[in-house]
Amino acid sequence: MKRLQHLLKEGKMDRRQLLQAAAALGITASLDTTWLSGIARAGEAPKRGGRLRIGISGGSTTDALDPANTTDMMMQVFIYGALGNNLVEIDATGKPVPELAESWESSPDAKTWTFTLKKGVEFHNGKTMDSDDVIYSINHHRGANSKSGAKTIVKAITDIKKDGKNKVIFELENGNADLPFIMTDYHLVIGPKDVDFNTGIFTGGYKVENFEPGVRAYARRHPNYFKSDRAWFDEIELLGISDVNARTNALKTGQIDVMNRCELKAVHLLKRSKGLQVMQQNGYKHFTFAMRCDTAPFGNNDVRLALKYAIDREQMVKTILRGYGVVGNDHPIAPSNRYFASELPQRTYDPDKAKFHLKKAGMANSATFTLHTAEAAFVGAVDAGVLYREQAAKAGITIDVSREPNDGYWNNVWMKKPWCAVFWAGRPTEDLMFSTAYAKGGAWNDTFWDNARFNELLVQARSELDETKRRSMYVEMQRLVHDDGGAVVPMFSSDLSAASEKVGHGDLAVNAELDGFKAPERWWFKG
Amino acid sequence: MQQWHFHPVVRLLAQRIGLGLLTLWVISLLIFVGIQLLPGDLADAVLGQSATPETVAAFRHELKLDLPPHIRYLHWLSGAVEGDFGRSLANQRPVAELIGWRFGNSLFLAGVTALIAVPLAVVLGLMAALYRNTLFDKLISTSTLSVISFPEFFVAYILIALFSVQLPFFPSIASITPDMGLGQKLYAVFLPCLTLALVVTAHMMRQTRAAIINILASAYIEMANLKGLKRMRIVVLHAFPNALSPVINVIALNLAYLVVGVVIVEVVFVYPGLGQLLVDSVAKRDIPVVQASGLIFATTYVLLNLLADILSILCNPRLRSPR
Repeated sequence: MKRLQHLLKEGKMDRRQLLQAAAALGITASLDTTWLSGIARAGEAPKRGGRLRIGISGGSTTDALDPANTTDMMMQVFIYGALGNNLVEIDATGKPVPELAESWESSPDAKTWTFTLKKGVEFHNGKTMDSDDVIYSINHHRGANSKSGAKTIVKAITDIKKDGKNKVIFELENGNADLPFIMTDYHLVIGPKDVDFNTGIFTGGYKVENFEPGVRAYARRHPNYFKSDRAWFDEIELLGISDVNARTNALKTGQIDVMNRCELKAVHLLKRSKGLQVMQQNGYKHFTFAMRCDTAPFGNNDVRLALKYAIDREQMVKTILRGYGVVGNDHPIAPSNRYFASELPQRTYDPDKAKFHLKKAGMANSATFTLHTAEAAFVGAVDAGVLYREQAAKAGITIDVSREPNDGYWNNVWMKKPWCAVFWAGRPTEDLMFSTAYAKGGAWNDTFWDNARFNELLVQARSELDETKRRSMYVEMQRLVHDDGGAVVPMFSSDLSAASEKVGHGDLAVNAELDGFKAPERWWFKG
Repeated sequence: MQQWHFHPVVRLLAQRIGLGLLTLWVISLLIFVGIQLLPGDLADAVLGQSATPETVAAFRHELKLDLPPHIRYLHWLSGAVEGDFGRSLANQRPVAELIGWRFGNSLFLAGVTALIAVPLAVVLGLMAALYRNTLFDKLISTSTLSVISFPEFFVAYILIALFSVQLPFFPSIASITPDMGLGQKLYAVFLPCLTLALVVTAHMMRQTRAAIINILASAYIEMANLKGLKRMRIVVLHAFPNALSPVINVIALNLAYLVVGVVIVEVVFVYPGLGQLLVDSVAKRDIPVVQASGLIFATTYVLLNLLADILSILCNPRLRSPR
């Protein structure tokens, strides 16, 4: 326990990690909580005022203010983090908490959900929000003609009804205990009924003043914002800066206050720079090498296991991520997810075991596998492939690294080639992650894995409202993916951003970059 | 016989403009065909990893990407002739609105650079010719040639490191907004202009020098020399006017490059010009924007070349009034 306290003081551990470690040791009761909050929130009280300038990558000249079209960071931070609100938001501990909804409850089968809305919330055009606006906004993503990025996640909603001005009832096709989480999705921002979403009128803390796609997004504080303890800045300015050197220079020369996506090679230099702070978030982002289980030779689980034992995850994190990340355990659930299976033993690099499984698969001497990769898959993917080749060679496995063009990688390589490198932003819930990428028939089941027990558990766990039962189901599912699944998951990558020391913030949410995309709403300038 | 009434320059002009229009039409065809050859379309590109077959289909239908190509081409061309470039597929904004502001920015950057670079290059070229093979000539040649042989982004980063990080004189990103005054804008674009000026000066300067030296070898210059005229007078008044034609052509080429070819400098300095828009639009397969930018780039080239032709004719008495 002393050691844990020491780590926390040194800043090598954040509060969450401390709590997790303490829980693992079974000593939560001995934690003095006042001492804990004293250290973790040493910052002073937030202050109002100033213009926050964020130099941001992930902007494009094709961006739009309609949240249905949002695909990348600049619009995620602008629409979801500054202009608008959802029914529910995710707080710094990863829990769903009320935003536009005051409360919610579900039927015992988790099929019918009732959201009670906050009263007196005002849109930027002066209208007061009610249930019609919520229905209009969610329906924007539903239906056959929807081209929303959220189309698949709202598909399970069969009907939305209103019950008076301040209650909305969702009917689901099947029970889903995670509906509040789904409502936090960055597409599902609430706008006023019958108003075009491209006008940028929402309920958020800032009102759009000027928007030039991919270049600049500028907003002023909405004076009648319903949260009194949020949106501290007077003005928000997002500048689209796609070149990482340009972002770094702009931050160093004081032209911007915050930058996202620091260059891994330069982080140690930024840390040394005076007047700057580097912020690391260990979220859900991870990289995989996806093997198609429906294609020889990856149909054989011994082949999959051989390749899982032939990768040195520690070295991957050290070399490819330069230490800014954590090792993966061949399943997509991050340590920061709610039901992460910490009891599952960590798979380690073991050339002998790799040889053993390869022999069992009957491919002992002539094993060559082609790994398709490109920088478009994730930053460092080609290097990771080459490193993997060297590691696997020690187990007598030959990996042929095939470099593919960046343009069209997701159309022509991913889910087409038998084995390729993949980027995953991750999901805040186990159900979303597994349903999207590991369930039979999942839209992006890129390993084409079909495990009967897993698929059965997935449906059961989705509508299970009992936390303990639910946890044990998700742990079993992680074990199944770990032992039988088609993805080698070597690493979870941290999100790195940097800011001027003048910028203040609380504990950072890990569900997305820049404090869950909410930096404009949650941060402030220190006095 | 009617045409004999036109001044030969006017006739030449009409001919050039006609040819220019023909070139533009061919280019419009090439742009269209080229875009058709790109793999994937906007629906795939915009939705990216989140594209499922049903969203893609809905998207394509709404954007009329499912119509045959020749119909889309005719539709586009007839619109473009009337000045209507359509709407961006990605965010539904009118293409003219998207491009207008950025094209203005590109012209501003190119204009300011040209104002610095063209006089500088011509004067340096004259001086180099005047003091040919002296230390001064060699110094200018070596320095300008070394700058031109560095990649643009390298020059840009060196300038940023010197004048923005080490000595905080100028901003490292040239973000300009429509509500900025001229002074603020000039200050903001100082470093990108300097970068571009360094890159284009060498070419123009070398051309000026070569053209003048070429002319200095002709008989009438020798005559002037024998008359005992001052060397400065010979170079500026006798040689330079005759060297103008090749110089003007090189200047036109460089100006065209400044308008259409400075994507890298735009990225490094985060300058909202047309180049970045074109790159983004190609990546996202936002066809109307790509077509319109392509056409604007082509028009810029054609226009500047036309201008260069006309100017060379006007400054050359033999071409001005042919017998």
